[in-house]
Amino acid sequence: MSNLLIPNPKEAESIHIIREVAAQFERPVLLFSGGKDSITLVRLAQKAFYPAKIPFPLLHVDTGHNFPETIEFRDKLVEELGLELIVRNVQDSIDQGKVREERGRYSSRNSLQTTTLLDAIEELKFDACIGGARRDEEKARAKERVFSVRDDFGQWDEKNQRPELFDMLNGKIHLGQNVRCFPISNWTELDVWEYIKTENIEIPSIYFAHKREVFFRDGMIWTANEHVFREENEEVVEKMVRFRTVGDMTCTAAVLSEAVSLDDVVGEIRESTISERGARIDDKRSEAAMETRKKVGYF
Amino acid sequence: MSENRKLIKIATAGSVDDGKSTLIGRLLYDTKSLTTDKIEAIERSSKQRGYDYLDFSLATDGLVAEREQGITIDVAHIYFNTDKTNFIVADTPGHVEYTRNMVTGASTSQVAIILIDARKGVIEQTYRHFFIANLLRISHVVVAINKMDLVDYEEDVYLKIKADFDELVEKSDFSEDQITFIPVSALKGENIARQSEEMPWYVGNTLLDHLEVLETSDLELSTVARFPIQYVIRPKTEAFHDFRGFSGMLYGGNLKVGDEVTLLPSLNTSKIKSIHYFDQEVQEATQGSSITLTLETEVDLSRGDMLVKSGELPTSQKQIAATICQVNNKALTVGQKYILQHGVNRVLAKVAQIESKIQTDFSGSEEADSLKLNDIGRVHFRLSNPIHYDSYNSNKSNGSFILIDEAEYDTVSVGFID
Repeated sequence: MSNLLIPNPKEAESIHIIREVAAQFERPVLLFSGGKDSITLVRLAQKAFYPAKIPFPLLHVDTGHNFPETIEFRDKLVEELGLELIVRNVQDSIDQGKVREERGRYSSRNSLQTTTLLDAIEELKFDACIGGARRDEEKARAKERVFSVRDDFGQWDEKNQRPELFDMLNGKIHLGQNVRCFPISNWTELDVWEYIKTENIEIPSIYFAHKREVFFRDGMIWTANEHVFREENEEVVEKMVRFRTVGDMTCTAAVLSEAVSLDDVVGEIRESTISERGARIDDKRSEAAMETRKKVGYF
Repeated sequence: MSENRKLIKIATAGSVDDGKSTLIGRLLYDTKSLTTDKIEAIERSSKQRGYDYLDFSLATDGLVAEREQGITIDVAHIYFNTDKTNFIVADTPGHVEYTRNMVTGASTSQVAIILIDARKGVIEQTYRHFFIANLLRISHVVVAINKMDLVDYEEDVYLKIKADFDELVEKSDFSEDQITFIPVSALKGENIARQSEEMPWYVGNTLLDHLEVLETSDLELSTVARFPIQYVIRPKTEAFHDFRGFSGMLYGGNLKVGDEVTLLPSLNTSKIKSIHYFDQEVQEATQGSSITLTLETEVDLSRGDMLVKSGELPTSQKQIAATICQVNNKALTVGQKYILQHGVNRVLAKVAQIESKIQTDFSGSEEADSLKLNDIGRVHFRLSNPIHYDSYNSNKSNGSFILIDEAEYDTVSVGFID
């Protein structure tokens, strides 16, 4: 037994938020992408309820264009911790004619996820969706509340957000509305990596440098793969790369790296002069790309 | 997360166009927290808008409507680190109509940076923001007198503004040592992270050095332990069949295994049997810990109840008086009912009396029938059940509450109990 607990303020705050979600809502769910942020959320949720099990399921909105390593990791984690996993597929939304596959050079399934997510929320009657979004990721995310109320169309009203005072969270909503809950709002990318290192949390292998077939376009490194549109003249090469975010393959660029351990990764993030979302192709579409997606229900 | 790095939370306040965003941009830039792609994005947007300088507000004003109008509407949270400290900055709006968002941003902050344009001096918005800092009992205020480059870095300008501000400090509850004045030029980076050669007459710390020397422990107020029950843990598994744990965050002081505790509202007593932090057990937990406790005896204790050390009881009452800041378009009137949320506890509240509306320029108070958006006033409430509180002065978390509209569920007011 150790003597004295000196809290890590950001962790303590996150645990507090996760417990509030469990206490205030009927049917919460944790949005799980298999990326480092949602993996961190799972660890925080374990800490919030130990020795009891996490009292809500995980929901993965699968674009069908995920990195296979992420899916393998997801299934292993769920198995090991005895969690309940719900998967909904973007492909189903496409097959039902609800969304149309994008075409051409920059086609991606990233924004199509919103429809699948909103359908899942309606079908399974979730009233709170816990997400791993962080305010440091993007300037529209910096405006996000910890409890963010969405109407029954999933819309975010950015000009009329509930004030959030001290750490009192107001999760009272009407039937049909839902709340997006962001326990690691106040963490930075470096906080997440340092936490993963301190806690020795397992993460998918694509976060570490490995040899991969890639091609270069617009100064970014794209995965060479049947899901990613590539011109004939765009040459495929093998490089040592790793990923800083794990989204859909079509919108997540790799970075050149030699980092093979968590120590290396933390060191690399500390020294990096490029932001995490600098490698997100979906954010480069316009100055307000994230805000536009969020307004219609993106998480 | 590095455990030896302290966390300091800051709110910026000031009027429109006094350079808040530029100051934050400068802090980010000087601490190398702005990445190349973000700087490039700022360069691109500044150029597109035809500016001949880098407009750092483009980095913080995250909403289309904000960039359209060139103003900050809602709070943005911005992060930067130095080797020793993690900083969270709440960049709050300067416009009067967004005062509520300033309160939102400042409520979680320990330090307020109030910006003053050296050319304009102390103006009405300065009063308002300082008043709110005072109301919120922010531990430390930095008065950054900005745009010194536009007044030829003259010491007289600085001294005049400082003297005007000192008059405000006298009317407030702040003591002199809680206020620090720094003459700066955010645009040129003078006295931000680098000691200014243009102002040799100023011998104090740069802004960044000053923020670094503040100690988190000095910025906290409370010493008595307050443990509101947030969630009851009943695993009902084979390994933990009889486990009944009480989870929550410890506000103030410390709790040790063996401590004799009183449970509210029942006034039953018990002893702390164990303190759990995930799969570890600890002997003692300090303020700010999110923990789970078990008790020696079987007791009735559920969400919203409170556990305290015996002999350190808070006030338990059904009649309370508080200072209210109205944060919703719907006015607060006598006779109205609300859901009152005090920490994680909720009771019903009825407005019994509006004693007065308080002027935010420290000029006193007047009678009022209602409190409208952004108004601050003294209000008496009658509650359906007692709440277990301390004065806001002695414990922020246990001395504050929010009011929730019964029909719309919006958060309509924030209250500070005497």
